[in-house]
Amino acid sequence: MADNTLPTPAYPSPLKEFWLSFKVNKGATVALVYFVLLVLAALLAPWIAPHAPAEQYRDALLSPPPWAGGNAWRFVLGTDEVGRDILSRLLHGARLSLMIGFTSVLLSLIPGVVLGLVAAFYPGKIGTAIMRLMDIMMALPSLLLAIAIVAVLGPGLGNTVLAIAIVGLPSYVRLARASAMTELNRDYVIASRLAGAGQLRLMFDTVLPNCMAPLIVQATLGFSSAILDAAALGFLGLGAPPPMPEWGTMLATARDYIQSAWWVVTMPGLAILITVLALNLMGDGLRDALDPKLKKG
Amino acid sequence: MFTFILRRLAVVIPTFLGITVLAFALIHLIPGDPVLVMVGERKLDPEFYKAAMTRLGLDQPLYLQYWHYLTGMLHGNLGESIVTHEPVLSEFLKLFPATLELSICAMIFATVFGLAAGVIAATRRGTVLDHGVMGAALTGYSMPIFWWGLILIIVFSVNLGWTPVSGRIDLEFDIAPRTGLMLIDTLLAHDLDAFKSAVMHLILPSIVLGTIPLAVIARMTRSAMLEVLREDYIRTARAKGLSPVRIVLVHALRNALMPVVTVIGLQVGTMLAGAVLTETIFSWPGIGKWLIDSISRRDYPVVQGGILLVATLIILVNLLVDVLYGVINPRIRHAR
Repeated sequence: MADNTLPTPAYPSPLKEFWLSFKVNKGATVALVYFVLLVLAALLAPWIAPHAPAEQYRDALLSPPPWAGGNAWRFVLGTDEVGRDILSRLLHGARLSLMIGFTSVLLSLIPGVVLGLVAAFYPGKIGTAIMRLMDIMMALPSLLLAIAIVAVLGPGLGNTVLAIAIVGLPSYVRLARASAMTELNRDYVIASRLAGAGQLRLMFDTVLPNCMAPLIVQATLGFSSAILDAAALGFLGLGAPPPMPEWGTMLATARDYIQSAWWVVTMPGLAILITVLALNLMGDGLRDALDPKLKKG
Repeated sequence: MFTFILRRLAVVIPTFLGITVLAFALIHLIPGDPVLVMVGERKLDPEFYKAAMTRLGLDQPLYLQYWHYLTGMLHGNLGESIVTHEPVLSEFLKLFPATLELSICAMIFATVFGLAAGVIAATRRGTVLDHGVMGAALTGYSMPIFWWGLILIIVFSVNLGWTPVSGRIDLEFDIAPRTGLMLIDTLLAHDLDAFKSAVMHLILPSIVLGTIPLAVIARMTRSAMLEVLREDYIRTARAKGLSPVRIVLVHALRNALMPVVTVIGLQVGTMLAGAVLTETIFSWPGIGKWLIDSISRRDYPVVQGGILLVATLIILVNLLVDVLYGVINPRIRHAR
């Protein structure tokens, strides 16, 4: 028999296809490069930081950056009130911020997806109960709820992560439920069910992979708000305790020096702003690339 | 219309009850014994301990405690501060006008500049100006406002000396609180210098608190305007030869306002969360600073009552926005 089937066109691999549509967005690409560099800097902080983050140089208290009237090139971004090198502290702080963001996103993404899928598959009493609970959690703005949780649990790094994870939960539950509900009526799900797939297999193997796009976008945006909220808690004295080089905590102690040493205040805040901005830009780019339906005009 | 409001209420009441459970649980989740937490490090004799437990009702079963808490709350009794011994509700009401005044000014700032930025970006779509405005909006949206406040203080208060660093008004003025809103109180007292001082104190905190809402409003206005500008009636208006300004401001903006108004309503929660940070930076004597101070003083009844009141406020405002939205747009009202 003659081979009369048309040659299949060479579709790009899903990853390549994603990259082709992601790189159209220049802002998102730049943000991605920044983020990769930040992750590298955080991983390599102990080796690339010029000084130890807690090392106090008593001969160089509040020394300005050399490019702004300072005299010592060994402190590129200046030193703080007890003579610690700000650049080294920021690099080590990047580890904390990324760790807080990553852990809290995972801690809210996984239970959020499970709860959302359960709510979609069992829309009766269980689903209603879950969604009501999420409505209650969403009645308070995220930072206020996080403050309330930390007020109960006590300040500290672990409780910060936990509070931010709890606060982020409702958005993943809602998103997972909403996308699972639309998938549930599709033919492939019905076919799979008729073929005898169990409920668990339907949830995690059939439906979940098709709900991933919005969840990935939300995780990126959740990452940025986690970093922002963690810094806010640190600033209020409810987050990571002071000797830690957490960016928000650094700002809290820097407040006393707004009259005399602007660099102590400026640098940690710039680190927060640029990182959060990069994550938001990446989120926009991911949304455009993964979910063309949501693309803005 | 009436059934529409009832339907909204039916959703709100369970949420409110949930919040009360949350606030009630708050005080019971604190590690350690509440009486011991309240008296602090001092030694306690068992008699006093028992009396305190009975007085606070802590010796009763949990569901009874919750019932007493709920009924007391509906009578306006939210407990009293351990530190000042004043009822939580009256402390809240005393400090709330300061937060309200700040929030209103911040919202006016955010709305005026947000609308303007959104309209400009939409009408100059794709130009450098559009990219610039939207880049600035995304930066504002990503802003750690506690840092933003410090930077503005460094520039405008420390270096330029234009605005004061903290507080609501200079100490030399003694204004009797009538409405609690400093701008109105100073005018009622016919004291122009005090009014000026109050305005100067309001500028930086309003900018800081308004930054994120401004960014959100600008983004929303731009996308709503872009949608409306594509409509046929805009082309008709252009064909009629109306001036571009009139088309944009009267024909397009009015129709683009709907989603923008909703977004403004939704910013109330953001405002109250932002007020915690803004008031801490500027030592603004409002409920945000009050909450944070009570947490550090371990004044748990205030934390509990304060959070309940703030949550209730947000629920009520969201309900109001929903109902207003239904009033403006019949399609929402009659949707299932």
